[in-house]
Amino acid sequence: MGKELLTVTERGIYCEAGDFFIDPWRPVDRAIVTHAHSDHARWGMERYLCSDESLLVMRRRLGDEAKIDSVPYGEVLTWNGVKVSLHPAGHILGSAQVRVEHNGQVAVVSGDYKTEADTTCTPFEPIKCHLFVSESTFGLPIYRWSPQEEVYADVNAWWRSNQAQGKASLLLGYALGKSQRALSGLNPEIGPIFLHGAVQGLTEDYRAQGVQLPPTKVIGEAEGKFDWSQAMILAPPSANGTPWVRRFGDHSTAFLSGWMAIRGARRRRAVDRGFVLSDHVDWPSLLSAIKATEAERVWVTHGYSATVVRYLQEQGLDAKVLETEFEGEQDDAAVEEVSE
Amino acid sequence: MKRFAELYAAIDATNKTTEKVQAMVEYFKSAPPEDAVWTVALFTHRRPKRAVNSTRMQTWAAEMGGIPNWLFGECYDAVGDLGETISLVLGESSLGEPAPLHEWMEQRLPELARIPEEQQREKLTQYWRELDRAGRYALNKLIGGSFRVGVSQELVIRALSIASEVPAPTIAHRLMGDWRPTPAFFQALFDGDTQGSNISCPYPFCLAHSLESSLLQLGSIEDWHADWKWDGIRAQLVRRDGQTFVWSRGEELITERFPEVADIGTWLSDGTVLDGEVLAWQDDKPRKFLDLQKRIGRKTVGKKLLQEVPVQFVAFDILELDGVDVREEPLSMRRAKLTQVCDANIPNLRISPTVTAESWDDLAAIRETARDRNVEGLMLKRLDSPYLVGRKKGLWWKWKIDPLTVDAVLIYAARGSGKRASLYTDYTFGVWDGDKLVSFAKAYSGLSDEEIRKVDAWVRRNTLEKFGPVRTVTPELVFELAFEGIQLSTRHKSGIAVRFPRIARWRQDKPKEEADRLSDIKAMLLENGG
Ligand SMILES: [Zn+2]
Ligand SMILES: [Zn+2]
Repeated sequence: MGKELLTVTERGIYCEAGDFFIDPWRPVDRAIVTHAHSDHARWGMERYLCSDESLLVMRRRLGDEAKIDSVPYGEVLTWNGVKVSLHPAGHILGSAQVRVEHNGQVAVVSGDYKTEADTTCTPFEPIKCHLFVSESTFGLPIYRWSPQEEVYADVNAWWRSNQAQGKASLLLGYALGKSQRALSGLNPEIGPIFLHGAVQGLTEDYRAQGVQLPPTKVIGEAEGKFDWSQAMILAPPSANGTPWVRRFGDHSTAFLSGWMAIRGARRRRAVDRGFVLSDHVDWPSLLSAIKATEAERVWVTHGYSATVVRYLQEQGLDAKVLETEFEGEQDDAAVEEVSE
Repeated sequence: MKRFAELYAAIDATNKTTEKVQAMVEYFKSAPPEDAVWTVALFTHRRPKRAVNSTRMQTWAAEMGGIPNWLFGECYDAVGDLGETISLVLGESSLGEPAPLHEWMEQRLPELARIPEEQQREKLTQYWRELDRAGRYALNKLIGGSFRVGVSQELVIRALSIASEVPAPTIAHRLMGDWRPTPAFFQALFDGDTQGSNISCPYPFCLAHSLESSLLQLGSIEDWHADWKWDGIRAQLVRRDGQTFVWSRGEELITERFPEVADIGTWLSDGTVLDGEVLAWQDDKPRKFLDLQKRIGRKTVGKKLLQEVPVQFVAFDILELDGVDVREEPLSMRRAKLTQVCDANIPNLRISPTVTAESWDDLAAIRETARDRNVEGLMLKRLDSPYLVGRKKGLWWKWKIDPLTVDAVLIYAARGSGKRASLYTDYTFGVWDGDKLVSFAKAYSGLSDEEIRKVDAWVRRNTLEKFGPVRTVTPELVFELAFEGIQLSTRHKSGIAVRFPRIARWRQDKPKEEADRLSDIKAMLLENGG
């Protein structure tokens, strides 16, 4: 067997033939970045490449100084004879799988992905390859998502019930991706929707990118003694329990996350409700996504990688764990902040 | 089963008492009686026996989910609960309308326990297929022998009372003893006719607030009646139709525990209800609560204990006389009636004497003797006050001598050190702030070895969560805490700082709702210049 198309170095996933890294975690010259979450898009790279759809949020995350190039999904670049293209991953706005082809060998790095289509980003596309590098954040058979419409209906019902009790609704979710997806499922006829500052700018980026979202207000627009009891407020998890939430008076809190599938995780969180909504694949979709690539070899990164690898091996696949520094493993606040 | 599973999930999804009650009220209002009655049974500690052993459940679930056993094991590790793991790995697959709860309880589960393994497998996997995730979770709990629900009996009673508009004590009474979960029983439970049939029923207790303002604001002392605040078990003595019933404030029937008090009933005329306190009594003086405690835990009492710790009933109010509800009459009139009843020299019955004083100052001086009398302080009641339901402000006050005790609820337990390292002996206690318990003090000592063992066993059975060495427990047990010092503090989350807290006693007589409220403690501290 010849040289591997991809290897893992101390700086990240590396393509030697093309001399570039994918989602590197230490400074490198050339980085292809799958999406703008902070464990994938890190500071300090000489040059970045991302999808067109990702550019605005990437810019917001990395600052004006960063040198960022972008390409449309599907456009093929050739670097040192290596063909590189980005394909929708359905995780958040602009998230991409990276397809790398050299000497007839095709490798695909999934980044984070989700196969259920939603209105806030271009839907996931399966790509055939020889080597598939997959995430496995929710790689256990206990994780099986309900259709998102059901979750949205539950969230809207919770909002209405809070209103009936005279309580504001504080919906906590990761500021990039989760909040906008939650917003897309809210029914603006129920009441006014407000955004935390950390969510506001990113949401504007989504709109600028053509994503249709219900109208929202920023907290500061509420004047004087505003009656928050009818309002829905979207905020990052870190806002919970801080003095910032006091202004809302009596309120109910909910957390949106795939981790909320488990009762213990729901109870550990100091929130009133847990809604199971994830931007990652669940167990059945993970298996079907891997199958659809027709890959002979699968490398599994952050999440339940050892478990998924053992299972795939038993199914006759050539699978191995890829040690990376993507932060997908802890089932706690940190991972909810970073990985979702 | 669908409704039941939804209710079970709704109760689990919230930690707010009001929301749990609300969910139950809606359920009890809408569920068919033949199902609702089973829910009442299950929620009031009638736990079903294990019908299928857990190894089998695990194996069949893995098979049905199409995953190897080792992978099921990984899932179980991640979830920590077998019933939940099974409900999750099988995904959503419900097929139509599942059977109603009573069919499960009366036919399916008993059958499941009876049939041989191969048939069990067939049935159970069919049931799993039939139910959605929530239903499957509820079913697994019902057949796994570990059915628990996050509501106390009192909350169930409260919800039934709201749903049926029947007073809570009536519901409580109707739920007592041995009953079968039949639709007829449920209808009887909801029967609005609370007269007649229900001869044992006590009245809702009238409760007092801690005195929070200056005595002078109470106005003239002449408008007030004072008597001692006894340190025993608050109880109602009910005599009707030739039968006697003694009810604790927790709406528990304690007639058999205190035969001396029950005997008083034989001297009373039918249609008499007295409110008072059961006290261990010796030499014309109540004994310390600690002595009475020896009697509390025992359902039946032997001769020896009866001699060692005899009790008396000290009556301070009369609620019914000659079958007539007299609660609306002013206290002065009720006292006159009570005096007549108690003047008959009935063994073990005494009236709580009026404490007379010329002025508030004199009364304050008399109050200082409370400790020597083994009482907690004084009760102040307006002479024109009716006997109200619950805790209304302004008419009845308790004026305790010692502000240094607080009734608090056990919320966390940790292992001790040294020879107690294997036991849960380090406790954190909470008091009420609205409908939440806020952590307030930690205490390590004060219980007897026997009590420690009991609490330890209870903690293990009632753990909600584990964080390293610390367990979060179901808020249920109430303890009286004593302190060297207690004062207001802005540095503590609860707003109160305590010094050298210790457990004064285990208040097995108190339901958790009766633990102290943060606002009352603060008011008391302000009053005492804390
Ligand atoms: Zn991500
Ligand atoms: Zn990630």
